[in-house]
Amino acid sequence: MKRRVLPGLPLSLGITLVYAAIIIVLPLIALVFKAASLGPADYWRIVSSDRAVASYVVTVSCALAATLFNLVFGMALAWVLVRYRFPGRRIVDALVDLPFALPTAVAGISLTTLFAVNGWFGGPLSTLGIKVAYTPLGIMIAMAFTSLPFVVRTVQPVLEELDPALEEAAQTLGGSDLSIFTRVVLPLLTPALLAGVSLSFARSLGEFGAIIFIAGNQPFETEITALLAFIRLEEYDYPASAAIASVMLIAAFVMLAVTNIMQARALRYTVRN
Amino acid sequence: MTKPHSHRRLPRIGDAPIFRRTLLALVLFFVAVIIVAPLTVIGVHAFSKGLPYFAAAIAEPDTRHAIMLTVLTALIAVPINTAFGIAAAWAITKHDFPGRRLLLILIEIPFSVSPIVAGVSYLFVYGLQGLFGPALEAADLKIMFALPGIVLASMFVTAPFVARELIPLMQAQGRDLEEAATSLGASGWRTFLTVTLPNIKWALLYGVVLCNSRVMGEFGAVSVVSGNIRGQTNTLPLHIELLYHDYDAVGSFAAASILATLAIVTLIVKVVLERQGAGRRNRPASLAGNDSLSEVKP
Amino acid sequence: MKRLLLIGAALAALAAPLSASAADKLLNASYDVAREVFAAENEAFIAQHPGVTIDQSHGGTSKQARAIVEGLEADVVTFNQVTDIDFLVKNGFVAQDWQTKFPNNASPFYSFPSFLVRAGNPKNVKDWDDLARDDVKVIFPNPKTSGNARYTYLAATAYAKEKFGGDEAKVTEFVTKIFDNVPVFDTGGRAATTTFVEREIGDVIITFEAETKAIAKQYGTDKFQQVVPSVSLLAEFPVAVVDKVAEKHGTQELAKSYLDFLYSPEGQTVAAEFGHRVLDEKVAGKFKDQFPEIRLVKVEDVFGGWPQVSKEHFAEGGVLDTIYGNR
Repeated sequence: MKRRVLPGLPLSLGITLVYAAIIIVLPLIALVFKAASLGPADYWRIVSSDRAVASYVVTVSCALAATLFNLVFGMALAWVLVRYRFPGRRIVDALVDLPFALPTAVAGISLTTLFAVNGWFGGPLSTLGIKVAYTPLGIMIAMAFTSLPFVVRTVQPVLEELDPALEEAAQTLGGSDLSIFTRVVLPLLTPALLAGVSLSFARSLGEFGAIIFIAGNQPFETEITALLAFIRLEEYDYPASAAIASVMLIAAFVMLAVTNIMQARALRYTVRN
Repeated sequence: MTKPHSHRRLPRIGDAPIFRRTLLALVLFFVAVIIVAPLTVIGVHAFSKGLPYFAAAIAEPDTRHAIMLTVLTALIAVPINTAFGIAAAWAITKHDFPGRRLLLILIEIPFSVSPIVAGVSYLFVYGLQGLFGPALEAADLKIMFALPGIVLASMFVTAPFVARELIPLMQAQGRDLEEAATSLGASGWRTFLTVTLPNIKWALLYGVVLCNSRVMGEFGAVSVVSGNIRGQTNTLPLHIELLYHDYDAVGSFAAASILATLAIVTLIVKVVLERQGAGRRNRPASLAGNDSLSEVKP
Repeated sequence: MKRLLLIGAALAALAAPLSASAADKLLNASYDVAREVFAAENEAFIAQHPGVTIDQSHGGTSKQARAIVEGLEADVVTFNQVTDIDFLVKNGFVAQDWQTKFPNNASPFYSFPSFLVRAGNPKNVKDWDDLARDDVKVIFPNPKTSGNARYTYLAATAYAKEKFGGDEAKVTEFVTKIFDNVPVFDTGGRAATTTFVEREIGDVIITFEAETKAIAKQYGTDKFQQVVPSVSLLAEFPVAVVDKVAEKHGTQELAKSYLDFLYSPEGQTVAAEFGHRVLDEKVAGKFKDQFPEIRLVKVEDVFGGWPQVSKEHFAEGGVLDTIYGNR
């Protein structure tokens, strides 16, 4: 019954646990500790202050918009990469990962330069009356950029594995392309899409480097929660910083649970099909 | 990359020429705007005043120091995270013990936590007002506003990178080979080096490359713990911001171009390693959500 | 395990040269908008002292002072506010009698909060009164982190005190109005400059005269113009050796000669070139044309000295807290 036990468990598990405890768990506990030292009334006053709430609204709404964009554009990009053959396809495929490889500060200054009123895109857009840099639209673009690969990379494999027979069957039944897409293909892609979307949203909530350059950082208008935590730190209002950071931590844990559930569903789905 | 049905040219949905061209044009337009343009603008601005000016900007002592510090941080953080990744993957995939799924979630936490939260958390451990602050002060050990703090924050952010690549692969490979080797009398180390390592080397390298890329580019977490001392604790990404606020756009973009080059090299290495079978095709985006890993089969 | 030990050893070996501090190296922690002037001062100083390295750290001065207490190992501070050095005194980093160690209360040069508006002065901003108008957006940094911004706060208060003849309620109302007109409080003076110049937010930025000169020079007088108010507050830029750190590094002498240099004709010339008003009469005379006359009031005369200011205005729950409020 019992399998032969491989050696090295105490050492490898020991290293893993000690490292995870020191590097991952300890700091987060210290944060919770600091936030908890505030007492419920003070804690609530800080995390529900007008400025904090405004920052949640800015962060969440921009993250939603960016994720929505990535849902559509990411799916289209994955579709094009899997279904179509065109020159430079492999290069585009490799470039999809650029937002993960490019440091966020670099992304921040280059997006800002592009979308500022004197930039390549900002100039033409401003003649149309659209301001991007230093507005919520800028935050959205920075978020969309940094989380772009998630949807593409979760949808791509599913699209590749899609059995053409399903489409053919629907075609012989006389369905239009659109109805086949929405009734046959899309349901098959949905678990992967949801998984990608939840990862993309989670990443957008926590993004900092790319955003602070382009956002304008105006309280109540373009100030994200991560920046508010940072500002409180610079004011040496440590407890307030801890409280706001703890809100972000809670949001991260919720998103971690959501992404794991979505991921599990997506995998079960692909296995079953 | 190869698809069995890529040569059948039966029209599938979305293959109508008009639709195809429109979608392709739209997608490529957005790729150009969102991905290619940011990369291009860095190069254009870095060289906007000519090559000599670019070279002078890179050779500036503070920029050189920032490069050195960034490399040094990676030299410390990446090997340690690699050792951690290997240990975690070995423990989780080659053994059965209660709480494996919990451990998987634990390892993945840094992916979900904002870098700012990570930096702030470290301040509450090692900062003067933190848990160990007074003790460190008494012992005259500097963690915050110094290299150790930068390394620690970088290690937090990139802790899952190597493990994430190895775990699904080692899980899929099973334990038969290692069990055979040990039953023939090979030691644990020897089994790992001669049996396991050759099978995971590409995935390992892949994880190391990604980990390195993130360590060298980390901004949020490091900006909290570094103290931003020009020529002392300013890593390259922080130096880019500093130059940007110094009205030194060319210097800033010159420094950024180094990191952009690193990003491109990373992408190329990635593609090469993916041809060797490493990378995303072998792993889910999240470990703990993967049922095949979390259900311990006796 | 051996591998980890090896890595640990390598780590220690690599980190050693970075953290070791030689006696020929100084870290100068300074205020945010002093980046350019100290880059030039350092160059001039190093020309006289070959082999010496001066590192700079810039940020809001209160942020800097707290960072030093938190462990930022600055050998000297060149701040823009006495209270921030007093904070270091209180924490045992700087000697009690630091103001007697260098001439003029240890302030080698001075400036004052002044205005910079967009070309043509479209909102017609002339004096402090205009900042409290409903249609004017004002930019200055966060007074919690920036000494620069606290001067602005004090200067506005000083003006209001004269105007309302000491009616405290009216003074507070006036200053609150100005604060209400600030759309964003950056943590340092330079970030505020970026907000005003690059992000094109606000009608007027209030910062040291030296910085308004620097912006006009950098971006062109066709884009921005300086406006000097009728009265402002004398802003002295105090310097001190951070004894606790300098002792540890063995840099006391170098630190002293560095700060002495700031008073020398060469040092004063560099400061004047970057828009600071200087003490050296010869140097001041040479740059006379560039500095318009202005009536400057002193903290001692209006507020009864810095300790009083600290207690009444900057302390937790002080006047500044009520005005800055929950921002």
